[in-house]
Amino acid sequence: METITAASGTTSLTWLLIALPLAGAVILLGTGRVTNKWGHLLGVATIAGSFGVAVALWLSLLAKPSEDRAVRQFLFTWLDLGRFKVDVALQLDQLSMAFVLLITGVGLLIHVYAVGYMKGDDGRRRFFGYLNLFVAAMLLLVLADSYVLLYVGWEGVGLASYLLIGYYQTRDTAGPAAKKAFVVNRVGDIGMSVAIMLMFAAFGTVTFQGVFEAAPGASSAMVNGIGFMLLLAACGKSAQFPLQSWLLDAMEGPTPVSALIHAATMVTAGVYLIARSNPIFDLAPTAQMAVIIVGLITLLAGGIIASAKDDIKKALAGSTMSAIGYMMLAVGLGPTGYVFAIAFLLAHGFFKAGLFLGAGSVMHGMNDQVNMRRFGGLRSVMAITTATFGLGYLAIIGIPPLAGYFTKDLIIESALARSPIIGGLAIIGAGLTAFYMSRIFFMTFIGKKRWTEDVHPHESPWSMTVPMLVLAIGSVASGYLLMRDYTLEKWLEPVTGFVEPETSLSHVVVTSITLTSVAVGIVAAILLYLRRDVPQVAPEKVSFLVVAARKDLFGDAFNEAVFMRPGQWLTRSLVWVDNRVIDGAVNGVAASLGGLSARARRIQTGYTRSYSLVMLSGALLVLVLLAIVGR
Amino acid sequence: MRNVPWLLIAGLVPLVGTALIAVVPRKSWVRGIALGTSLVTLAVVVAMATQFQIGGPDKFQFVTTYSWIPAFGVSFTLGVDGIGLVLVALAACLVPVVLLASWRDVEPTGSIKSYFGLMLVLQSMIIWVFSALDVFLFYLLFEAMLIPAYLLIGRFGGAQRSYAAMKFLLYSLFGGLVMLAALIGLYVASQTLLGNGTFDFQTLSSLEINTGLQNWLFLGFFLAFAIKAPLWPLHTWLPDAASEAKPGTAVMLVALMDKVGTFGMIRYCLELFPDASRTFAFTICILAVVSIVYGALVAIGQTDIMRLISYTSVSHFGFIILGIFAFTSQGQTGSVFYMVAHGFSTAALFLIAGVMMARGKSRNIADYGGVFKVAPLLAGFVLIAGLSGLALPGMASFPGEFLVLVGSFLRYPVLAIIATVAIVLSAVYILWLYQRVATGEPRGVVTEKFGDLRSREVWVFVPLVAVMIALGVYPQAVTRVIEPAVQSTLDRVGAVNPEPTALKPAESTKETTP
Repeated sequence: METITAASGTTSLTWLLIALPLAGAVILLGTGRVTNKWGHLLGVATIAGSFGVAVALWLSLLAKPSEDRAVRQFLFTWLDLGRFKVDVALQLDQLSMAFVLLITGVGLLIHVYAVGYMKGDDGRRRFFGYLNLFVAAMLLLVLADSYVLLYVGWEGVGLASYLLIGYYQTRDTAGPAAKKAFVVNRVGDIGMSVAIMLMFAAFGTVTFQGVFEAAPGASSAMVNGIGFMLLLAACGKSAQFPLQSWLLDAMEGPTPVSALIHAATMVTAGVYLIARSNPIFDLAPTAQMAVIIVGLITLLAGGIIASAKDDIKKALAGSTMSAIGYMMLAVGLGPTGYVFAIAFLLAHGFFKAGLFLGAGSVMHGMNDQVNMRRFGGLRSVMAITTATFGLGYLAIIGIPPLAGYFTKDLIIESALARSPIIGGLAIIGAGLTAFYMSRIFFMTFIGKKRWTEDVHPHESPWSMTVPMLVLAIGSVASGYLLMRDYTLEKWLEPVTGFVEPETSLSHVVVTSITLTSVAVGIVAAILLYLRRDVPQVAPEKVSFLVVAARKDLFGDAFNEAVFMRPGQWLTRSLVWVDNRVIDGAVNGVAASLGGLSARARRIQTGYTRSYSLVMLSGALLVLVLLAIVGR
Repeated sequence: MRNVPWLLIAGLVPLVGTALIAVVPRKSWVRGIALGTSLVTLAVVVAMATQFQIGGPDKFQFVTTYSWIPAFGVSFTLGVDGIGLVLVALAACLVPVVLLASWRDVEPTGSIKSYFGLMLVLQSMIIWVFSALDVFLFYLLFEAMLIPAYLLIGRFGGAQRSYAAMKFLLYSLFGGLVMLAALIGLYVASQTLLGNGTFDFQTLSSLEINTGLQNWLFLGFFLAFAIKAPLWPLHTWLPDAASEAKPGTAVMLVALMDKVGTFGMIRYCLELFPDASRTFAFTICILAVVSIVYGALVAIGQTDIMRLISYTSVSHFGFIILGIFAFTSQGQTGSVFYMVAHGFSTAALFLIAGVMMARGKSRNIADYGGVFKVAPLLAGFVLIAGLSGLALPGMASFPGEFLVLVGSFLRYPVLAIIATVAIVLSAVYILWLYQRVATGEPRGVVTEKFGDLRSREVWVFVPLVAVMIALGVYPQAVTRVIEPAVQSTLDRVGAVNPEPTALKPAESTKETTP
């Protein structure tokens, strides 16, 4: 385990990473209309400042020897009760640095893009306030030095996503979608809470360092229990099976939000959590296997859902599910997978942000339409968007030498090293990815124009295209830059460890198999969506699989049948019990006491004649009794 | 400065204010006098708090005592430990806010004098009930509080206010009666053990009463506190009372008066009857967990906004009681912190609901919709108050709730895990409420004329939100005041925090807290 030193010099600026966007959020949300005119610029400036600090920190870490890079900045004590000591302290090491660069870098591009995208929206200041809050919370999440502080950032991300998904407050669909995201995330938070409770009960500490040092002394049941609870938490935030359902509804927010949620923040948090907790998972093989299984299910389910969606944003959302599934699979593989998971995560940050911003650019030109069946042939009018989206498309499906090739293939390789079944399913996933991404690209940019009559598509302004271009460059180059000469392996090794996966198959063979699977996917898409005309209305006579995929593999139907309806029934019947049974008992006691006193009162009639009658009867009774007893 | 009878003054100031209100010739001055008085009280309490020595040599500080009924060992003794101090501070902070929020709740021509006068009387009693160090004085105030509260509910409220006020009164009187019996029993026990009977708390809390008697006395006190708190299944008076009362009264009732119940459990049940407390702890924790889950589920099913908020409090009081009887320093400190946090966040919820009801003239959630579009600021405060209610990290309730969970897990893991269900349920009841009331297009009673917050109303919520965020970001400022008192209570009960299970014994001696 590497040593952690106190922050000094450049690294004592770490707190600014979070403070800048947080201050931006507070100012933008707290001042009201005063900042309407220039609020969005402040929002961009704080993230730019944060990114600048991140680069400076990165350079200062690079200058240190690799074992001494981790630093801790203590800010203040949050709680100190017996053993329960939680500091507000930031831990900057190689893993958090990688995330910080991704969050602030891609976050900055998305902020710049949103300036153009949200132009003319009355709530632009508020929107940028939420975006700043989102980035601040995510940075806190990855910079926390304890599970409790991580949890604070974790929930902050949940809140920011709630606010952004529900941004169009007057739309009837936005409120429920936002609530769903938050509530499903909170199901995951049960896992987080229980994990922290277990850690404190077992180790008497909740800091990463303390827990990781003590973990080898714990029983196998304990570390597996903690592992499962952390996995539950990760499933919520990262939209993994069985808590994936919120992600597809999360498209209610403006498109830059989707880019932020899917690429730079939020859904990567679960992968971070497991990668960060690697000392626990390395001791918990059962929990690790569960991570692998969850990852596999989600990567296939996401791919199937993405293949049947006609809404461009929902298709991309399915794609995110699938991609995060790959990352989960990789972190489940242990030291052979952690680095590759992070590599794919970073590369994915570029191409998924680029794809979503591209989708936003298309919508911008098409009156906010999302139905790909009414797109087609857009390459003739949107050259830059087509090029940047196209590069993102080639990158995500893993065409050499783009980013996905260098990163996803390594995941497949280490999956194969673990087991041919796991590897085989991952290869099928690669084919699915190629299919649905080709489908999206063909239906949107190539083929015949199927536009509705009222649209006049046009290229977006430079504030939107420049970020897309930068992301496209990242989609092309990031994989090579990260993986050449074991760059990322060496960088992350002190935190996550690294073991070269050992396969019986050579690298060339694995790559050939994967590329064949990709080729099959592309060819299938060409046959279905280029060689044939795309119907403008979705065909109704389709196979069961397509029906299922269109309905998100019945995820919502399941939740509704198993949780929502019984839940509604339960709350309704408990309300009845409370009003009738419990309160009924209270009122019943009161009423019967009242009845008793009413009866007692009835005796007090106030009539002299009845009183004298009672007296007479009493006296007679006494006389009779005396007569009987005296005899 | 430490010899100033701070607590006596803090309770007298509101009474002086009441007297002024009674004699003042113009009704238009009443509200100003009331608000001014409450601000003076706040200043007195703040001045006192700066003199408090955390972990000082004396458990109780600012002790003042006046002979009262020497024949029965009754004295007028006031004093606070850390727990009492934060609750007195809560009462001092909330009342100015409540008064400002109630500015237009009562017609300035009508019985405005009695509304604001009764509020101040109630505040005075609450301050003294949290600082009484004589059990008889505590009992007297505990019962006397009911009079202003009864009048506030019964005279100023909704259509069913008489029913609600009577139910509240009878329920509380019933609890009080049982407590009185236990109180007499306690006095007799002290007479037997000491030779001369006393009601002095500090003397009584060192008595060793035999176990059988302790159990009976404990139950007598506990029943009264469980009704006040309220604990399932003794909670049904609360939704009626809180929903029929004016929002300001509801705050006094739920945010302040109910805390006397949970405060009483710590101060009186635990310290006077430690053996009995241990005997009944597990059963009470089960009831507390039932409260948590049941309160949250029933809250989800409510159609009346005030009843919904009341049931969320049933759930939150469950957390507070769970933490108290888990007997760990984390759990119990969390409970006391939660009492303070719950005070602010419930006040915010009731008051923002009141602001909305003042415009919409309805308590029915279904009558509202789309508030965000016509009154974004109002909707924003609904959301912020709600977020604190659902224990969002960074807001006041989170440290309390989380400490309770962590602390009770050490003792009763299964119960703590069941309680975590509330993490999801609280999100459902708050966000669903917000969704129904604030999102979508304006509908029902929400029209263009609805109107956003006025500046007076903004000044009600800004301090509340500031305090809620401050408590959430830096809870240590308050928990360090609470912890020594909790530690002394736990010592009295004979409870020690469980050691970490996966550490070797040598390592686990590193515990720093005594």
